[in-house]
Amino acid sequence: MNNPLTAWKDFFSETGDITRFAGRFFREGFLPPYEFNELLRQSFEIGYRSLPLCGVTGFIMGLVITIQSHPSMETFGTESWLPSVVSVSLVREIVPVITALICAGKIGSGIGAELGSMNVTEQIDAMEVSGTNPFKYLIVTRILSATLMVPLLVILSDTISLYGAFIGVNMKQVVSFHLYTNQIFEKLSFSDVLPSITKSFFFGFAISIIGCYKGYNTKNGTEGVGRSANMAVVISTFAVFIIDLIAAQIADILHFT
Amino acid sequence: MNQPTLYNKEEIVVIRNLKKSFGTNHVLDDFNLTVHKGENVVVLGRSGSGKSVLIKCLVRLLEADDGEMKVFGMSIPDLSHKALDDIRARIGFLFQSSALYDSMTVLENLEFPLRRHKLRITRQEVDKLVKLALENVGLSGTESMMPSELSGGMKKRIGIARMLILNPEVMLYDEPTTGLDPITGREINHLMLEVQEKYNTSSIIISHDMNCVRRTANRVVVLLNGKCYAEGTYEDLKTSNDKNIKQFFD
Ligand SMILES: Nc1ncnc2c1ncn2[C@@H]1O[C@H](COP(=O)(O)OP(=O)(O)OP(=O)(O)O)[C@@H](O)[C@H]1O
Ligand SMILES: [Mg+2]
Repeated sequence: MNNPLTAWKDFFSETGDITRFAGRFFREGFLPPYEFNELLRQSFEIGYRSLPLCGVTGFIMGLVITIQSHPSMETFGTESWLPSVVSVSLVREIVPVITALICAGKIGSGIGAELGSMNVTEQIDAMEVSGTNPFKYLIVTRILSATLMVPLLVILSDTISLYGAFIGVNMKQVVSFHLYTNQIFEKLSFSDVLPSITKSFFFGFAISIIGCYKGYNTKNGTEGVGRSANMAVVISTFAVFIIDLIAAQIADILHFT
Repeated sequence: MNQPTLYNKEEIVVIRNLKKSFGTNHVLDDFNLTVHKGENVVVLGRSGSGKSVLIKCLVRLLEADDGEMKVFGMSIPDLSHKALDDIRARIGFLFQSSALYDSMTVLENLEFPLRRHKLRITRQEVDKLVKLALENVGLSGTESMMPSELSGGMKKRIGIARMLILNPEVMLYDEPTTGLDPITGREINHLMLEVQEKYNTSSIIISHDMNCVRRTANRVVVLLNGKCYAEGTYEDLKTSNDKNIKQFFD
């Protein structure tokens, strides 16, 4: 690992393997039989169980960003712009990325550890001899539900963070909720929301596919399970930023500004 | 326990010149084995000699490199996915680590193969079969427990219940009594013999436990360096002078 050349080689071969894994998802994922029950169960596990965490963080982000931005806006005498400026940065960037990072930590490590321990304790083999395609039953359902649930979590966090921002605004000045929402929706447009939701799908997909890849390919017993969970978080966190960077460029090119 | 008549019976599992290696590690190298109807064959071998690999190749959890494997007269490496699933439903597999699904209760664990292999089964039938399977292994009333609440021996027995629930014709037991106290071990030996007698199943039993071997084996095969090194009844091998065989009996 200490040789930089080997490190780069490892990086590219890993990226290649994950891409191949994703290819298998697209080849096998949409063919019958479908595992609807498991998909629902996973959506509940992934979506519902991350809800409190994402909600609370969204609220805090809204509140804190507002409080932090207030002084500088006051310096320029533009406090009345506070709601619109804050809401745009929350919805476009802060909330989707923070939510994705939380999901990378929670969902990514959860999937990595769960599949990893299923792998080393032969549960995946047991599934296969029970007439079940483990790739469909375990992987496809997790990827689909994360890809669908992360955007929902983002939408929810968006809403809660705007409420947090409302409270933040009211700490320094008095603004009615009606006026506040009016100000927000005057500035916040479809072209702010669409790219943010779109990239959330990619966040969810990347987080789950990396977690699944790491878990499904766990080696070296219990020690390997910890490593898989750990690497799933590290790589998916990195992937979130890369996707965010690419998404910002694409939004710019398509004039979603 | 030598029953020469067995050799005239139908051959259920036939393995010829099976080869499997991982990189340069040649685990199985021209391995041969035949199991007849109603026969218990024990595979003896040191840790890491490839016993688990052998039975995993047999259900294609691992792809063999070369050789011939037939179960019920059908060539395993050539089967389509569908046909392979049908064969797998007729083969019971007890994993070395029991491999119970952690996230499911005992009931759901037992239901899983049933629902997967028999698509049109009713709730009543499932409950009846689960109840019967748990009775068979002496663990009635554990339906709602999670695997984490079970002891190692109980897990093994639930694992056996899960493999028995589909009434397989061939059983593959990977170290069924390892790590259990002698009493539970005896119970499991008894259970394996009972299953053999009741359903006339053929089994491959992997074990280091000489009590288990003595009690359950109709025939013993010693796996050494990837080959079938010796073969015979428990008594034959016990009285052998070969040092490679003797070491198992000391
Ligand atoms: N998936 C795998 N990848 C690489 N090597 C493997 C794999 N599975 C098994 N091996 C190697 O094959 C050899 C035989 O393993 P196997 O699990 O069959 O041993 P065993 O006879 O069952 O031993 P034990 O009694 O300890 O269970 C070992 O050297 C192991 O390292
Ligand atoms: Mg083994």
